[in-house]
Amino acid sequence: MSKSAILKSSIAKKYWMALTGLFLCTFLIGHLLGNLQLVLKTGEEGRRAFNEYAYFMGHNIFIKILSWVTYISIIFHAVDGFMLTFQNKKARPQNYAYNNPGANSSLPSRYMAILGTVVLVFIVTHMANFWWKAKVTEDIPLHVKEIVVPGNPMMGQPDQKMELYLTTSGNYMPIQKDQVVFKNKTEIYDKTFDIKMGEGYKDLHTVVMKFFSKENELGLVYLIFYVVSMGVLAFHLWHGFASAFQTLGVRHKRYTPAINFIGKAFALLVPLAFAVIPVMIYMR
Amino acid sequence: MASKTININLKIWRQKNANAKGSMETYKLDNVSTDSSFLEMLDQLNEQLVNERKEPIAFDHDCREGICGMCSLYINGEAHGPDRAVTTCQLHMRKFKDGETIYVEPWRAKAFPVIKDLVVDRSSFDRIQQAGGFVSVNTSGNTIDANAIPIGKADADKAFEAATCIGCGACVASCKNASAMLFVSAKVSQMALLPQGKVEAKQRVLNMVKQMDEEGFGNCTNTGACAVECPKEISLENIARMNREYLKAMVTAE
Ligand code: HEM
Ligand code: SF4
Ligand code: FES
Repeated sequence: MSKSAILKSSIAKKYWMALTGLFLCTFLIGHLLGNLQLVLKTGEEGRRAFNEYAYFMGHNIFIKILSWVTYISIIFHAVDGFMLTFQNKKARPQNYAYNNPGANSSLPSRYMAILGTVVLVFIVTHMANFWWKAKVTEDIPLHVKEIVVPGNPMMGQPDQKMELYLTTSGNYMPIQKDQVVFKNKTEIYDKTFDIKMGEGYKDLHTVVMKFFSKENELGLVYLIFYVVSMGVLAFHLWHGFASAFQTLGVRHKRYTPAINFIGKAFALLVPLAFAVIPVMIYMR
Repeated sequence: MASKTININLKIWRQKNANAKGSMETYKLDNVSTDSSFLEMLDQLNEQLVNERKEPIAFDHDCREGICGMCSLYINGEAHGPDRAVTTCQLHMRKFKDGETIYVEPWRAKAFPVIKDLVVDRSSFDRIQQAGGFVSVNTSGNTIDANAIPIGKADADKAFEAATCIGCGACVASCKNASAMLFVSAKVSQMALLPQGKVEAKQRVLNMVKQMDEEGFGNCTNTGACAVECPKEISLENIARMNREYLKAMVTAE
């Protein structure tokens, strides 16, 4: 078998489509579990849980490899999808004057490329909004918790505000702001002695909360775009999930009805759960 | 049962030859018996055209009983018309209403070029079949009776169902990608399921799919349109089987 067939033959292209698509489905579950940290716990506890989770995702070698597989899968899935769609258009140079495809196939199955393209646009803007900020730009403040140390009015001491930095050692570290400098975005150094005192967490929780809040003048626009994109993803998966199994040749009287059922449930529940989170944030 | 007649309007693709441009033309046909088949209705229209000294409409047909796979036609947006599990020759005019406008077009696919009017060239299917749709038989004088080899009932039934494909091309015509996967998978399955087909199994699926791609058919996206429109109700199960066969062959063949 020539090696090129693994990339070039129509069926092999579809295997890649199915494998990357199913991998992205597992990625969705992982991503959703992380996002749920935003709403399952509230207040400082929720903020800490999410920021610690985000740090873990950025620093665990296993997760790092997985995230690169995810980037490559998205690119491969999209490029392969566009190539297939382009070939499919070429296979029918002249269209029917009158066509009734609704009589024989479902709407999502016929619009996979358009649905996928919307998902791709969403992924790109989503990464620009969060991934780019988290990984590249500097302007993410560290996780700071403000506390008030009660003074003693009898002694004439007023209440004192204090800032606690959450550090990766798992503790809050009290710090006077004017006594520290920051290096490499997250490292906290003593100003006078230039000693590393700890490493803080980027406060991504606050970034997300502000992004989808009423304070953000575009918050509602982002929210609507997010929810609509999840609807589009739902349609993509409505056909895609079960389709991937058919492509890989997994079809059986006993199991296929179950796969179809799981596929539809997955297509409804996962995007719905994703969409509910920013809605809850906005409604706070 | 008294036979009813209807008057219909037709919009039919006319194209002089393979290189001509072609266009949809409008015709009016009265007194069409609802008991007549779609092809008989076209015969009636052609008679009318000949009487008017006009060129009759060219369309493919042969057996007119749903077994040869020659007839085609994309009728009102569906291959072999709106009825299920029938070929165009088995489609009756009682499926249409009085005064209805009926669109009639040829199969549309790069691999099925129009020869004239509603006739398309389906020899791409023949070339796919020639690429691997055969089994080796011993012709040295001691030929074994095919029935001498026991075959499980389930496999025999499935192979037979796949073998009922008449090669009409409705699957290609219905598919939004003009994919030939249902046809090719039926031809692969009917042999892959039987012991006689095992000898060439790997090479068969690889060669037939290669030929299918070279002919310019599109890629399957599992819309399922083909199986709905197929006059022989060939199942998508065959496509899944071919996907399995291809995967096996791709990773193990030399
Ligand atoms: C999280 C994101 C995504 C997931 C989970 C996903 C999942 C899937 C799955 C499971 C399939 C079915 C594969 C098959 O039928 O064998 C599929 C098909 C497809 N996807 Fe995606 N996809 C995603 C994003 C995208 C993007 C960004 C595009 C960009 C263009 C895209 C374009 C397509 C196309 C064109 C198909 C149709 C292929 C076919 O049916 O043969 N998808 N997707
Ligand atoms: S699979 Fe069905 S539609 Fe396709 S060629 Fe065979 S009989 Fe015709
Ligand atoms: S003419 Fe033979 S199947 Fe219709």
